[in-house]
Amino acid sequence: MPEQLTESGANAALKIRNLNFFYGDFQGLSDVNLDVEQHKVTAFIGPSGCGKSTLLRTFNRMYDLYPGQRAEGEILFHGKNLLDKKQDVNLVRAKIGMVFQKPTPFPMTIYENIAFGVRLYEKMSSSEMDDRVEWALRKAALWDEVKDKLQQNGLSLSGGQQQRLCIARAVAVKPEVVLLDEPTSALDPISTAKIEELVNELKYEYTIAIVTHNMQQAARISDFTAFMYLGELVEFGKTDELFVKPRKTQTEDYITGRFG
Amino acid sequence: MSTEIDLHAAQVSKFRAQDKAFHYITLLFAFLVLAALVGILISLSIEAMPTLKEFGPSFLWSTVWSVPDERFGAMIAIYGTLATSIIALLIAVPVSFGIALFLTETCPVVLRRPLGTAIELLAGVPSIIYGIWGLFIFAPLFAKYVQPPLQSWFGDLPMIGSLFSGPPIGIGILTAGIVLALMVIPFIASVMRDVFETVPPILKESAYGVGCTTWEVVRRIVLPYTRVGVIGGIMLGLGRALGETMAVTFVIGNANRIGASLFSPGNSIASTLANEFGEAEPGLHISSLFALGLVLFVITFIVLAISRWLIRRGMGSEGL
Repeated sequence: MPEQLTESGANAALKIRNLNFFYGDFQGLSDVNLDVEQHKVTAFIGPSGCGKSTLLRTFNRMYDLYPGQRAEGEILFHGKNLLDKKQDVNLVRAKIGMVFQKPTPFPMTIYENIAFGVRLYEKMSSSEMDDRVEWALRKAALWDEVKDKLQQNGLSLSGGQQQRLCIARAVAVKPEVVLLDEPTSALDPISTAKIEELVNELKYEYTIAIVTHNMQQAARISDFTAFMYLGELVEFGKTDELFVKPRKTQTEDYITGRFG
Repeated sequence: MSTEIDLHAAQVSKFRAQDKAFHYITLLFAFLVLAALVGILISLSIEAMPTLKEFGPSFLWSTVWSVPDERFGAMIAIYGTLATSIIALLIAVPVSFGIALFLTETCPVVLRRPLGTAIELLAGVPSIIYGIWGLFIFAPLFAKYVQPPLQSWFGDLPMIGSLFSGPPIGIGILTAGIVLALMVIPFIASVMRDVFETVPPILKESAYGVGCTTWEVVRRIVLPYTRVGVIGGIMLGLGRALGETMAVTFVIGNANRIGASLFSPGNSIASTLANEFGEAEPGLHISSLFALGLVLFVITFIVLAISRWLIRRGMGSEGL
């Protein structure tokens, strides 16, 4: 299936090759091959349990935290295999940021939520840090709403604001790739629209991989879409093409709502 | 139609009566606790009254405890209680913290259950066992292998040196503190483990997601998130250390004096009570023991109040 790999392999930020993933004895992903293109939005869609979140979690080795979960194959990032045991996981995670289904502000002030991650890897003066925090919050379109209450607890924000705080936090450490795992599933339509707008802005500087349950969302914001089913990558291509002219009947059934 | 409604009305009023009865029964139980608390406080105060009248507030800071002279002061016992408890916490808190962290964050899955169970079993060991183990096994080893090196390392230092002076006899304030530490570790560790487990995995994942190491996640996410529970666990341990009787009585040395050295024998409130109640004559002696009990009651109450205050202040600073 070489045509599934990518439209232009040269600009891939992540190259996934022959990826298999196991939860103990259960195989969660089978032989996944695809490229996540640089400075584009790649969406992963599919029914619950199809492995799209699992796939996303292999990109920053989040599964490492859980004994019994393991990945085989290759995920190439700057030519190096992320799955290599010798690869420094913390460094990977600083370069490949992640935002989760539910907003997860840290139990500290809004300012500290952002500064925390930055401080882990960069030494800077407090005025530089102020600038960085403002920069990140502006990137996440949150600055105007929180600039007067940076010393308040992150948990005091609304759900949509919390999620944008998490995006700001991910962006603040200047990663190359941002992984979004159903970032709007717990949010109202207005907050959702803001986040989608944000994704459109961010893709000029970052490579974005987003898992979503919402097909309209995938169609609206992504450049490439991968449809997954039962742990396999069924179809991968340009979003326009995949939604208008799916090559596989399974994909067509799913995106037209005839899945079952 | 109307009979049907009447039927319902009858049902409803029956339910309402049941609810009311239930309400009063639970209220009664709640008041029983309060009544027991107030009752203990009142009876302690009444029994302690002769002593309080005789010595006044100086009972609290007098360091004389002499049965033949009928002179009684609480300071020796208060010092012993506080010193042993503080030593116990100084040792137990870091150790328990390490145990809880290992169990929740870094322990291989196969070990998690057996180790957790072992710690809970340790909490169930009767205190008398710690007492005899402390007196017959630990104290001689401590006197032979630990106290002499401590003396040779710290004995010549100003200030600190005097803490380790005196004959290394094995039993004393320090030994009691160490045995107490062993006794409270399982309590503090299991509370800490339980509260560490309440941290949502997704919150930890987010912290790992920005590139944190395990230590950074613990320091910046797990601890702030669970601070209230951690303080609660420490206070539970402190409460137990303050009131622990049998084990302390075995190893504290039971001497009615305050020594500058941690090696010197002393007495705690609980150990004084345990030692002297049996042969105390009615009168000032018994009354003074009751007064000591009252002091312990008040100390425990203050500890509880401070922990509540710490918890509330901690929550305030988080802006919640």
